[in-house]
Amino acid sequence: MSKRMPESGARQRQQTSMGRLKSLWQSHRAVALQSIRKLIGEPAASAMTIAVIGIALLLPTTLFVAMNNLQILSEGVSESSRITLYLADSFSEAEGRNLSEQLLARPDISTGAYISSAQAAEEFREYSGLGDVLSELDENPLPAVIVLSPQDIDEASGAALLAELNALAGVESAQLDLAWIARLQRFLDLAQRMSAALMLVLALAVLFVVGNTIRLAIEGRRAEIVVVKLVGGTDSYVARPFLYTGFWYGLGGGLLAWLLLSLIMLALSGPLDALLALYDNQHSVHGLSLLPGLILLAGSALLGWLGAWISVRQHLSAIEPR
Amino acid sequence: MIKFDNVSKRYPGGHQALSQVSFELGDGEMAFLTGRSGAGKSTLLKLVMLMEKTSQGEIVVNGKNLARMPRDQIPFYRRRIGVVFQDHQLLFDRTVFDNVALPLQIEGYPKHEADRRVRAALDKVGLLKKEKMNPMALSGGEQQRIGIARAVVNRPQILLADEPTGNLDPDLAAEIMTLLEQFNQVGVSMLIASHDLSLITRLSHRILTLHNGQLVNDATYPVPPGASRRAEVERSPGSAP
Repeated sequence: MSKRMPESGARQRQQTSMGRLKSLWQSHRAVALQSIRKLIGEPAASAMTIAVIGIALLLPTTLFVAMNNLQILSEGVSESSRITLYLADSFSEAEGRNLSEQLLARPDISTGAYISSAQAAEEFREYSGLGDVLSELDENPLPAVIVLSPQDIDEASGAALLAELNALAGVESAQLDLAWIARLQRFLDLAQRMSAALMLVLALAVLFVVGNTIRLAIEGRRAEIVVVKLVGGTDSYVARPFLYTGFWYGLGGGLLAWLLLSLIMLALSGPLDALLALYDNQHSVHGLSLLPGLILLAGSALLGWLGAWISVRQHLSAIEPR
Repeated sequence: MIKFDNVSKRYPGGHQALSQVSFELGDGEMAFLTGRSGAGKSTLLKLVMLMEKTSQGEIVVNGKNLARMPRDQIPFYRRRIGVVFQDHQLLFDRTVFDNVALPLQIEGYPKHEADRRVRAALDKVGLLKKEKMNPMALSGGEQQRIGIARAVVNRPQILLADEPTGNLDPDLAAEIMTLLEQFNQVGVSMLIASHDLSLITRLSHRILTLHNGQLVNDATYPVPPGASRRAEVERSPGSAP
Protein backbone atom coordinates (compact mmCIF):
# COMPACT_ATOMS: atom_id res chain seq x y z
CA MET A 1 0.00 0.00 0.00
CA SER A 2 2.70 2.43 0.93
CA LYS A 3 4.20 2.30 -2.52
CA ARG A 4 0.97 3.72 -3.86
CA MET A 5 0.70 6.18 -1.03
CA PRO A 6 4.24 7.41 -0.56
CA GLU A 7 3.14 9.89 2.07
CA SER A 8 0.71 7.53 3.70
CA GLY A 9 -0.12 7.66 7.34
CA ALA A 10 1.60 9.09 10.32
CA ARG A 11 4.16 6.29 10.22
CA GLN A 12 6.37 8.47 8.08
CA ARG A 13 5.92 11.39 10.38
CA GLN A 14 9.23 11.59 12.16
CA GLN A 15 8.59 13.11 15.51
CA THR A 16 11.53 13.91 17.71
CA SER A 17 10.98 13.73 21.44
CA MET A 18 11.39 17.52 21.53
CA GLY A 19 8.64 17.84 18.95
CA ARG A 20 6.42 15.50 20.93
CA LEU A 21 6.98 17.51 24.11
CA LYS A 22 6.21 20.69 22.22
CA SER A 23 2.97 19.35 20.80
CA LEU A 24 1.99 17.98 24.22
CA TRP A 25 2.62 21.41 25.71
CA GLN A 26 0.59 23.04 22.94
CA SER A 27 -2.22 20.58 23.51
CA HIS A 28 -2.22 21.18 27.27
CA ARG A 29 -2.21 24.93 26.79
CA ALA A 30 -5.05 24.73 24.27
CA VAL A 31 -7.13 22.49 26.55
CA ALA A 32 -6.44 24.69 29.60
CA LEU A 33 -7.56 27.78 27.71
CA GLN A 34 -10.55 26.01 26.17
CA SER A 35 -11.78 24.76 29.53
CA ILE A 36 -11.48 28.19 31.13
CA ARG A 37 -13.30 29.71 28.16
CA LYS A 38 -16.06 27.15 28.61
CA LEU A 39 -16.39 28.08 32.28
CA ILE A 40 -16.62 31.75 31.42
CA GLY A 41 -19.09 30.91 28.67
CA GLU A 42 -21.49 29.44 31.25
CA PRO A 43 -21.09 32.05 33.98
CA ALA A 44 -24.22 31.17 35.97
CA ALA A 45 -23.39 27.48 36.39
CA SER A 46 -19.68 28.09 36.97
CA ALA A 47 -20.31 30.86 39.48
CA MET A 48 -22.58 28.58 41.48
CA THR A 49 -19.97 25.84 41.73
CA ILE A 50 -17.16 28.26 42.48
CA ALA A 51 -19.30 29.97 45.13
CA VAL A 52 -19.97 26.67 46.88
CA ILE A 53 -16.27 25.79 46.85
CA GLY A 54 -15.30 29.29 47.95
CA ILE A 55 -17.69 29.27 50.90
CA ALA A 56 -16.61 25.78 51.90
CA LEU A 57 -13.00 26.95 51.90
CA LEU A 58 -13.83 30.24 53.62
CA LEU A 59 -14.81 28.56 56.87
CA PRO A 60 -11.53 26.79 57.67
CA THR A 61 -9.54 29.72 56.29
CA THR A 62 -11.33 32.14 58.57
CA LEU A 63 -10.71 29.83 61.48
CA PHE A 64 -7.05 29.66 60.54
CA VAL A 65 -6.75 33.43 60.46
CA ALA A 66 -8.65 33.78 63.75
CA MET A 67 -6.31 31.26 65.38
CA ASN A 68 -3.32 33.06 64.00
CA ASN A 69 -4.48 36.34 65.48
CA LEU A 70 -5.28 34.71 68.81
CA GLN A 71 -1.83 33.18 68.88
CA ILE A 72 -0.17 36.53 68.25
CA LEU A 73 -2.49 38.11 70.78
CA SER A 74 -1.75 35.50 73.43
CA GLU A 75 1.95 36.09 72.97
CA GLY A 76 1.24 39.75 73.59
CA VAL A 77 -0.76 38.86 76.66
CA SER A 78 1.95 36.69 78.17
CA GLU A 79 4.48 39.39 77.45
CA SER A 80 2.37 41.86 79.29
CA SER A 81 1.64 39.44 82.08
CA ARG A 82 2.91 40.71 85.35
CA ILE A 83 4.34 39.12 88.41
CA THR A 84 3.67 40.93 91.61
CA LEU A 85 6.01 40.33 94.54
CA TYR A 86 4.49 41.30 97.87
CA LEU A 87 7.34 42.17 100.18
CA ALA A 88 7.47 41.45 103.87
CA ASP A 89 6.88 44.41 106.21
CA SER A 90 10.27 43.78 107.78
CA PHE A 91 11.95 44.50 104.45
CA SER A 92 13.24 48.09 104.27
CA GLU A 93 12.74 50.29 101.25
CA ALA A 94 16.48 50.20 100.42
CA GLU A 95 16.47 46.41 100.53
CA GLY A 96 13.39 46.40 98.32
CA ARG A 97 14.94 48.68 95.71
CA ASN A 98 18.10 46.60 95.83
CA LEU A 99 16.14 43.38 95.19
CA SER A 100 14.23 45.03 92.36
CA GLU A 101 17.48 45.98 90.63
CA GLN A 102 18.93 42.50 91.10
CA LEU A 103 15.86 40.97 89.54
CA LEU A 104 15.93 43.41 86.67
CA ALA A 105 19.45 42.21 85.81
CA ARG A 106 18.10 38.70 85.11
CA PRO A 107 17.64 37.82 81.46
CA ASP A 108 14.11 36.45 81.94
CA ILE A 109 12.83 39.71 83.43
CA SER A 110 12.24 42.59 81.06
CA THR A 111 10.94 45.34 83.30
CA GLY A 112 10.67 45.76 87.00
CA ALA A 113 9.64 48.51 89.35
CA TYR A 114 9.65 48.93 93.09
CA ILE A 115 6.55 50.47 94.59
CA SER A 116 6.86 51.41 98.21
CA SER A 117 3.93 51.00 100.52
CA ALA A 118 3.47 54.81 100.62
CA GLN A 119 3.40 54.93 96.82
CA ALA A 120 0.93 52.07 96.77
CA ALA A 121 -1.33 53.92 99.16
CA GLU A 122 -1.04 57.03 96.99
CA GLU A 123 -2.02 55.09 93.87
CA PHE A 124 -4.85 53.40 95.68
CA ARG A 125 -6.14 56.73 96.82
CA GLU A 126 -5.92 58.14 93.36
CA TYR A 127 -7.43 55.31 91.30
CA SER A 128 -9.74 53.34 93.51
CA GLY A 129 -11.89 56.18 94.72
CA LEU A 130 -11.73 54.57 98.16
CA GLY A 131 -9.06 56.93 99.50
CA ASP A 132 -11.26 57.92 102.41
CA VAL A 133 -11.35 54.36 103.64
CA LEU A 134 -7.59 54.30 103.69
CA SER A 135 -7.31 57.52 105.68
CA GLU A 136 -9.67 56.10 108.28
CA LEU A 137 -7.11 53.43 109.07
CA ASP A 138 -4.38 53.94 111.61
CA GLU A 139 -1.59 52.70 109.50
CA ASN A 140 -1.08 51.96 105.84
CA PRO A 141 -2.14 48.33 105.27
CA LEU A 142 -0.65 48.12 101.80
CA PRO A 143 2.65 46.26 101.48
CA ALA A 144 5.54 47.38 99.32
CA VAL A 145 5.57 45.51 96.02
CA ILE A 146 7.88 44.82 93.12
CA VAL A 147 6.08 44.57 89.79
CA LEU A 148 7.94 42.52 87.18
CA SER A 149 7.19 41.66 83.58
CA PRO A 150 8.77 38.39 82.64
CA GLN A 151 10.23 37.81 79.20
CA ASP A 152 8.65 35.14 76.90
CA ILE A 153 6.75 33.30 79.52
CA ASP A 154 4.67 30.20 79.04
CA GLU A 155 2.92 27.95 81.49
CA ALA A 156 5.93 25.87 82.57
CA SER A 157 8.57 28.57 82.70
CA GLY A 158 6.09 30.86 84.45
CA ALA A 159 5.52 28.31 87.19
CA ALA A 160 9.27 27.77 87.62
CA LEU A 161 9.97 31.47 87.78
CA LEU A 162 7.20 31.98 90.30
CA ALA A 163 8.52 29.23 92.55
CA GLU A 164 11.98 30.77 92.40
CA LEU A 165 10.69 34.23 93.26
CA ASN A 166 8.56 32.89 96.09
CA ALA A 167 11.68 31.44 97.68
CA LEU A 168 13.52 34.78 97.72
CA ALA A 169 14.22 36.29 101.11
CA GLY A 170 11.90 39.13 101.94
CA VAL A 171 9.20 38.08 99.49
CA GLU A 172 5.98 37.33 101.24
CA SER A 173 4.29 35.95 98.15
CA ALA A 174 4.65 36.13 94.38
CA GLN A 175 1.58 36.14 92.18
CA LEU A 176 1.08 35.43 88.51
CA ASP A 177 -2.23 34.64 86.94
CA LEU A 178 -1.04 31.40 85.37
CA ALA A 179 -4.40 29.72 85.22
CA TRP A 180 -5.61 32.25 82.71
CA ILE A 181 -2.66 31.67 80.36
CA ALA A 182 -3.06 27.92 80.77
CA ARG A 183 -6.71 28.11 79.85
CA LEU A 184 -5.96 30.22 76.78
CA GLN A 185 -3.31 27.79 75.65
CA ARG A 186 -5.66 24.82 76.10
CA PHE A 187 -8.30 26.68 74.18
CA LEU A 188 -5.89 27.39 71.34
CA ASP A 189 -4.84 23.74 71.20
CA LEU A 190 -8.46 22.67 71.01
CA ALA A 191 -9.29 25.23 68.36
CA GLN A 192 -6.30 24.09 66.33
CA ARG A 193 -7.53 20.50 66.39
CA MET A 194 -11.03 21.61 65.52
CA SER A 195 -9.87 23.68 62.59
CA ALA A 196 -7.81 20.76 61.29
CA ALA A 197 -10.83 18.47 61.49
CA LEU A 198 -13.04 21.08 59.88
CA MET A 199 -10.51 21.60 57.12
CA LEU A 200 -10.51 17.88 56.41
CA VAL A 201 -14.30 17.66 56.30
CA LEU A 202 -14.62 20.71 54.08
CA ALA A 203 -11.85 19.50 51.78
CA LEU A 204 -13.95 16.36 51.33
CA ALA A 205 -16.95 18.56 50.59
CA VAL A 206 -14.96 20.37 47.90
CA LEU A 207 -13.97 17.02 46.39
CA PHE A 208 -17.60 15.97 46.22
CA VAL A 209 -18.79 19.27 44.79
CA VAL A 210 -16.17 19.26 42.04
CA GLY A 211 -16.67 15.53 41.45
CA ASN A 212 -20.38 15.95 40.98
CA THR A 213 -20.01 18.98 38.73
CA ILE A 214 -17.53 17.09 36.57
CA ARG A 215 -19.85 14.09 36.46
CA LEU A 216 -22.56 16.33 35.01
CA ALA A 217 -20.07 17.82 32.56
CA ILE A 218 -19.08 14.32 31.42
CA GLU A 219 -22.75 13.42 30.90
CA GLY A 220 -23.26 16.64 28.95
CA ARG A 221 -20.38 15.85 26.62
CA ARG A 222 -21.13 12.18 26.13
CA ALA A 223 -21.51 12.51 22.35
CA GLU A 224 -18.20 14.28 22.04
CA ILE A 225 -16.43 11.69 24.19
CA VAL A 226 -17.76 8.89 22.01
CA VAL A 227 -16.54 10.59 18.83
CA VAL A 228 -13.15 11.38 20.33
CA LYS A 229 -12.71 7.77 21.42
CA LEU A 230 -13.77 6.56 17.98
CA VAL A 231 -11.15 8.60 16.18
CA GLY A 232 -8.42 7.42 18.53
CA GLY A 233 -8.46 9.70 21.57
CA THR A 234 -6.68 8.09 24.51
CA ASP A 235 -8.26 8.05 27.96
CA SER A 236 -5.88 10.74 29.14
CA TYR A 237 -6.74 12.92 26.14
CA VAL A 238 -10.45 12.54 26.91
CA ALA A 239 -9.88 13.20 30.61
CA ARG A 240 -7.68 16.27 30.16
CA PRO A 241 -10.36 18.95 29.66
CA PHE A 242 -12.27 17.68 32.70
CA LEU A 243 -9.16 17.69 34.87
CA TYR A 244 -8.42 21.27 33.82
CA THR A 245 -12.03 22.24 34.51
CA GLY A 246 -11.69 20.82 38.03
CA PHE A 247 -8.42 22.68 38.46
CA TRP A 248 -10.01 25.99 37.48
CA TYR A 249 -13.02 25.39 39.74
CA GLY A 250 -10.68 24.76 42.67
CA LEU A 251 -8.51 27.76 41.91
CA GLY A 252 -11.58 29.97 41.46
CA GLY A 253 -13.00 28.74 44.77
CA GLY A 254 -9.70 29.44 46.52
CA LEU A 255 -9.54 32.95 45.08
CA LEU A 256 -13.12 33.60 46.13
CA ALA A 257 -12.41 32.38 49.66
CA TRP A 258 -9.40 34.69 49.88
CA LEU A 259 -11.43 37.61 48.55
CA LEU A 260 -14.34 37.01 50.95
CA LEU A 261 -11.94 36.67 53.87
CA SER A 262 -10.26 39.95 52.96
CA LEU A 263 -13.67 41.64 52.83
CA ILE A 264 -14.58 40.21 56.24
CA MET A 265 -11.27 41.34 57.70
CA LEU A 266 -11.81 44.77 56.21
CA ALA A 267 -15.23 45.00 57.81
CA LEU A 268 -14.02 43.73 61.20
CA SER A 269 -10.62 45.37 61.48
CA GLY A 270 -11.94 48.76 62.64
CA PRO A 271 -14.00 47.50 65.61
CA LEU A 272 -11.45 44.79 66.45
CA ASP A 273 -8.52 47.18 66.54
CA ALA A 274 -10.56 49.51 68.70
CA LEU A 275 -11.34 46.62 71.03
CA LEU A 276 -7.68 45.63 71.22
CA ALA A 277 -6.68 49.21 71.90
CA LEU A 278 -8.92 49.14 74.98
CA TYR A 279 -6.75 46.34 76.32
CA ASP A 280 -3.69 48.44 75.70
CA ASN A 281 -2.52 46.02 73.05
CA GLN A 282 -0.33 47.25 70.23
CA HIS A 283 -1.23 44.36 67.89
CA SER A 284 -3.61 44.94 65.05
CA VAL A 285 -5.63 42.24 63.33
CA HIS A 286 -3.93 40.39 60.48
CA GLY A 287 -5.61 38.94 57.40
CA LEU A 288 -4.28 36.07 55.29
CA SER A 289 -0.71 36.91 54.37
CA LEU A 290 0.87 36.07 51.02
CA LEU A 291 2.38 32.66 51.74
CA PRO A 292 -0.65 31.08 53.46
CA GLY A 293 -2.77 32.68 50.75
CA LEU A 294 -0.72 31.03 48.02
CA ILE A 295 -0.91 27.73 49.91
CA LEU A 296 -4.70 28.15 50.00
CA LEU A 297 -4.77 28.68 46.22
CA ALA A 298 -2.47 25.74 45.51
CA GLY A 299 -4.43 23.51 47.87
CA SER A 300 -7.79 24.45 46.43
CA ALA A 301 -6.59 23.99 42.85
CA LEU A 302 -5.21 20.59 43.81
CA LEU A 303 -8.50 19.66 45.48
CA GLY A 304 -10.41 20.67 42.35
CA TRP A 305 -8.10 18.63 40.17
CA LEU A 306 -8.38 15.64 42.51
CA GLY A 307 -12.18 15.83 42.61
CA ALA A 308 -12.26 15.88 38.82
CA TRP A 309 -9.80 13.00 38.66
CA ILE A 310 -11.94 10.85 40.93
CA SER A 311 -15.04 11.64 38.89
CA VAL A 312 -13.26 11.02 35.59
CA ARG A 313 -11.99 7.66 36.81
CA GLN A 314 -15.48 6.65 37.85
CA HIS A 315 -17.52 7.85 34.92
CA LEU A 316 -15.34 8.19 31.84
CA SER A 317 -14.58 4.52 31.33
CA ALA A 318 -18.32 3.82 31.26
CA ILE A 319 -18.63 5.85 28.06
CA GLU A 320 -17.49 3.73 25.15
CA PRO A 321 -18.60 3.92 21.54
CA ARG A 322 -21.34 1.36 20.87
CA MET B 1 -5.24 -5.99 5.43
CA ILE B 2 -8.31 -7.33 7.26
CA LYS B 3 -8.63 -11.05 7.88
CA PHE B 4 -11.65 -12.74 9.52
CA ASP B 5 -11.14 -16.34 10.54
CA ASN B 6 -14.28 -18.16 11.70
CA VAL B 7 -15.49 -15.12 13.57
CA SER B 8 -18.67 -15.40 15.65
CA LYS B 9 -20.28 -12.75 17.79
CA ARG B 10 -22.95 -13.51 20.33
CA TYR B 11 -24.29 -10.58 22.33
CA PRO B 12 -25.12 -10.96 26.00
CA GLY B 13 -28.74 -12.07 25.97
CA GLY B 14 -28.10 -14.68 23.30
CA HIS B 15 -28.50 -12.81 20.04
CA GLN B 16 -26.14 -14.43 17.53
CA ALA B 17 -25.03 -11.48 15.39
CA LEU B 18 -22.31 -13.22 13.40
CA SER B 19 -21.64 -16.93 12.80
CA GLN B 20 -18.32 -18.24 11.59
CA VAL B 21 -17.51 -15.48 9.18
CA SER B 22 -14.26 -15.85 7.24
CA PHE B 23 -12.91 -13.56 4.55
CA GLU B 24 -9.84 -11.55 3.75
CA LEU B 25 -9.69 -8.00 2.47
CA GLY B 26 -6.48 -7.34 0.60
CA ASP B 27 -4.22 -4.33 0.83
CA GLY B 28 -5.81 -1.50 -1.10
CA GLU B 29 -8.94 -3.51 -1.84
CA MET B 30 -12.45 -2.06 -1.75
CA ALA B 31 -15.40 -4.23 -0.79
CA PHE B 32 -19.05 -3.71 -0.01
CA LEU B 33 -20.77 -5.43 2.84
CA THR B 34 -24.45 -5.95 2.21
CA GLY B 35 -27.48 -7.70 3.62
CA ARG B 36 -30.73 -6.77 5.35
CA SER B 37 -30.76 -4.71 8.48
CA GLY B 38 -29.90 -7.05 11.32
CA ALA B 39 -27.80 -9.28 9.10
CA GLY B 40 -24.67 -8.34 11.02
CA LYS B 41 -23.08 -5.60 8.87
CA SER B 42 -22.72 -3.09 11.69
CA THR B 43 -21.54 -5.76 14.12
CA LEU B 44 -18.81 -6.79 11.69
CA LEU B 45 -17.56 -3.21 11.41
CA LYS B 46 -17.75 -2.76 15.18
CA LEU B 47 -15.55 -5.81 15.63
CA VAL B 48 -12.94 -4.29 13.32
CA MET B 49 -13.13 -1.01 15.27
CA LEU B 50 -12.80 -2.91 18.55
CA MET B 51 -16.08 -1.40 19.70
CA GLU B 52 -17.10 -5.00 20.36
CA LYS B 53 -15.09 -8.12 21.08
CA THR B 54 -15.40 -11.36 19.15
CA SER B 55 -16.97 -14.33 20.91
CA GLN B 56 -15.08 -16.83 18.79
CA GLY B 57 -12.58 -16.79 15.98
CA GLU B 58 -9.82 -14.41 15.13
CA ILE B 59 -9.58 -11.04 13.42
CA VAL B 60 -6.21 -9.89 12.17
CA VAL B 61 -5.91 -6.31 10.95
CA ASN B 62 -2.67 -5.13 9.38
CA GLY B 63 -0.86 -8.08 10.95
CA LYS B 64 -2.28 -7.47 14.45
CA ASN B 65 -4.49 -9.97 16.20
CA LEU B 66 -7.27 -7.85 17.68
CA ALA B 67 -8.05 -10.29 20.49
CA ARG B 68 -4.57 -9.75 21.90
CA MET B 69 -4.58 -5.98 21.73
CA PRO B 70 -4.18 -4.39 25.17
CA ARG B 71 -6.84 -1.85 26.05
CA ASP B 72 -4.40 1.06 26.12
CA GLN B 73 -3.33 0.32 22.55
CA ILE B 74 -6.86 0.59 21.14
CA PRO B 75 -6.76 4.39 20.60
CA PHE B 76 -3.53 4.12 18.62
CA TYR B 77 -4.98 1.28 16.57
CA ARG B 78 -8.12 3.32 15.82
CA ARG B 79 -6.01 6.21 14.55
CA ARG B 80 -4.96 4.04 11.62
CA ILE B 81 -8.59 3.41 10.67
CA GLY B 82 -10.98 6.00 9.31
CA VAL B 83 -14.67 5.52 9.99
CA VAL B 84 -17.69 7.06 8.30
CA PHE B 85 -21.06 6.73 10.03
CA GLN B 86 -24.58 6.86 8.70
CA ASP B 87 -25.46 9.48 11.31
CA HIS B 88 -22.16 11.32 10.65
CA GLN B 89 -21.25 11.60 14.38
CA LEU B 90 -20.30 15.24 13.94
CA LEU B 91 -19.91 17.66 16.82
CA PHE B 92 -22.22 20.63 16.52
CA ASP B 93 -20.44 22.77 19.07
CA ARG B 94 -17.63 23.56 16.64
CA THR B 95 -16.98 24.50 13.03
CA VAL B 96 -16.61 22.21 10.03
CA PHE B 97 -12.87 22.85 10.18
CA ASP B 98 -12.58 21.87 13.84
CA ASN B 99 -14.61 18.72 13.25
CA VAL B 100 -12.21 17.58 10.58
CA ALA B 101 -9.19 18.66 12.64
CA LEU B 102 -10.22 16.52 15.62
CA PRO B 103 -8.20 13.38 14.77
CA LEU B 104 -5.10 15.50 14.15
CA GLN B 105 -5.55 17.37 17.43
CA ILE B 106 -5.78 14.06 19.20
CA GLU B 107 -2.57 12.89 17.58
CA GLY B 108 -0.90 16.15 18.53
CA TYR B 109 0.00 17.43 15.09
CA PRO B 110 1.70 20.83 14.99
CA LYS B 111 -0.89 23.45 14.12
CA HIS B 112 0.43 24.52 10.71
CA GLU B 113 0.72 20.87 9.60
CA ALA B 114 -2.78 20.10 10.89
CA ASP B 115 -4.24 23.17 9.16
CA ARG B 116 -2.66 22.15 5.88
CA ARG B 117 -4.04 18.61 6.10
CA VAL B 118 -7.53 19.72 7.14
CA ARG B 119 -7.72 22.11 4.19
CA ALA B 120 -6.49 19.39 1.82
CA ALA B 121 -9.17 16.98 3.11
CA LEU B 122 -11.89 19.62 2.91
CA ASP B 123 -10.76 20.50 -0.59
CA LYS B 124 -11.06 16.85 -1.66
CA VAL B 125 -14.65 16.64 -0.45
CA GLY B 126 -15.46 20.04 -1.90
CA LEU B 127 -16.21 21.88 1.34
CA LEU B 128 -13.21 24.20 1.59
CA LYS B 129 -15.41 27.27 1.34
CA LYS B 130 -17.62 26.14 4.23
CA GLU B 131 -14.85 25.44 6.74
CA LYS B 132 -15.97 28.18 9.13
CA MET B 133 -19.62 27.12 9.19
CA ASN B 134 -21.34 25.00 11.80
CA PRO B 135 -22.11 21.52 10.44
CA MET B 136 -25.69 21.98 11.63
CA ALA B 137 -26.18 24.59 8.91
CA LEU B 138 -25.21 22.15 6.15
CA SER B 139 -27.26 19.60 4.22
CA GLY B 140 -27.18 15.85 4.91
CA GLY B 141 -24.92 15.20 1.94
CA GLU B 142 -22.53 17.92 3.03
CA GLN B 143 -22.51 16.60 6.59
CA GLN B 144 -21.56 13.19 5.25
CA ARG B 145 -18.71 14.81 3.34
CA ILE B 146 -17.45 16.35 6.56
CA GLY B 147 -17.56 12.87 8.09
CA ILE B 148 -15.52 11.53 5.19
CA ALA B 149 -13.01 14.37 5.39
CA ARG B 150 -12.57 13.62 9.11
CA ALA B 151 -12.13 9.91 8.37
CA VAL B 152 -9.36 10.48 5.83
CA VAL B 153 -7.61 13.52 7.31
CA ASN B 154 -4.87 11.54 9.03
CA ARG B 155 -4.44 9.32 5.97
CA PRO B 156 -5.57 6.00 7.41
CA GLN B 157 -4.66 2.68 5.86
CA ILE B 158 -8.20 1.42 6.23
CA LEU B 159 -11.53 3.18 5.81
CA LEU B 160 -14.72 1.67 7.20
CA ALA B 161 -18.13 3.09 6.35
CA ASP B 162 -21.44 2.08 7.89
CA GLU B 163 -24.30 2.95 5.53
CA PRO B 164 -22.61 6.16 4.39
CA THR B 165 -25.41 6.87 1.94
CA GLY B 166 -28.26 5.70 4.17
CA ASN B 167 -30.05 9.00 4.50
CA LEU B 168 -29.23 10.45 1.10
CA ASP B 169 -31.16 10.65 -2.13
CA PRO B 170 -29.81 8.54 -5.04
CA ASP B 171 -27.84 11.32 -6.74
CA LEU B 172 -26.11 12.36 -3.53
CA ALA B 173 -25.53 8.71 -2.64
CA ALA B 174 -23.79 8.10 -5.96
CA GLU B 175 -21.64 11.18 -5.40
CA ILE B 176 -20.57 9.97 -1.98
CA MET B 177 -19.68 6.54 -3.36
CA THR B 178 -17.63 8.12 -6.14
CA LEU B 179 -15.82 10.18 -3.53
CA LEU B 180 -15.04 7.05 -1.52
CA GLU B 181 -13.79 5.29 -4.64
CA GLN B 182 -11.34 8.14 -5.19
CA PHE B 183 -9.78 7.48 -1.81
CA ASN B 184 -9.58 3.79 -2.65
CA GLN B 185 -7.75 4.69 -5.84
CA VAL B 186 -4.93 6.25 -3.84
CA GLY B 187 -4.51 3.02 -1.91
CA VAL B 188 -6.86 3.06 1.08
CA SER B 189 -8.37 -0.34 1.86
CA MET B 190 -12.14 -0.03 2.22
CA LEU B 191 -15.01 -1.93 3.71
CA ILE B 192 -18.37 -0.25 3.14
CA ALA B 193 -21.60 -1.56 4.63
CA SER B 194 -24.57 -0.65 2.47
CA HIS B 195 -27.96 -2.09 1.67
CA ASP B 196 -28.27 0.10 -1.38
CA LEU B 197 -27.92 -2.70 -3.94
CA SER B 198 -28.95 -0.66 -6.93
CA LEU B 199 -26.01 1.63 -6.17
CA ILE B 200 -23.28 -0.84 -5.22
CA THR B 201 -23.97 -3.31 -8.02
CA ARG B 202 -23.26 -0.55 -10.47
CA LEU B 203 -19.73 -0.24 -9.09
CA SER B 204 -17.16 -2.84 -9.94
CA HIS B 205 -16.09 -4.03 -6.51
CA ARG B 206 -16.23 -7.11 -4.36
CA ILE B 207 -19.52 -7.64 -2.54
CA LEU B 208 -19.78 -9.61 0.71
CA THR B 209 -23.35 -10.61 1.52
CA LEU B 210 -24.44 -11.37 5.07
CA HIS B 211 -27.63 -13.20 5.98
CA ASN B 212 -28.57 -13.84 9.61
CA GLY B 213 -24.97 -13.39 10.62
CA GLN B 214 -23.53 -15.74 8.04
CA LEU B 215 -21.46 -14.83 5.04
CA VAL B 216 -23.53 -16.29 2.22
CA ASN B 217 -21.96 -14.73 -0.82
CA ASP B 218 -18.51 -13.31 -1.55
CA ALA B 219 -17.97 -12.40 -5.16
CA THR B 220 -16.28 -9.88 -7.35
CA TYR B 221 -17.93 -9.57 -10.63
CA PRO B 222 -16.22 -8.07 -13.56
CA VAL B 223 -18.68 -5.63 -14.93
CA PRO B 224 -19.72 -6.65 -18.42
CA PRO B 225 -20.27 -3.52 -20.41
CA GLY B 226 -23.86 -2.43 -20.09
CA ALA B 227 -24.80 -5.35 -17.86
CA SER B 228 -26.35 -5.13 -14.43
CA ARG B 229 -24.96 -7.31 -11.68
CA ARG B 230 -27.95 -6.64 -9.54
CA ALA B 231 -29.79 -9.80 -10.56
CA GLU B 232 -26.88 -12.01 -9.59
CA VAL B 233 -26.47 -10.54 -6.14
CA GLU B 234 -30.18 -10.63 -5.53
CA ARG B 235 -30.22 -14.35 -6.14
CA SER B 236 -28.20 -14.88 -2.99
CA PRO B 237 -30.52 -15.46 -0.01
CA GLY B 238 -29.24 -12.62 2.17
CA SER B 239 -29.73 -9.73 -0.16
CA ALA B 240 -32.48 -7.20 -0.02
CA PRO B 241 -35.57 -8.01 -2.06
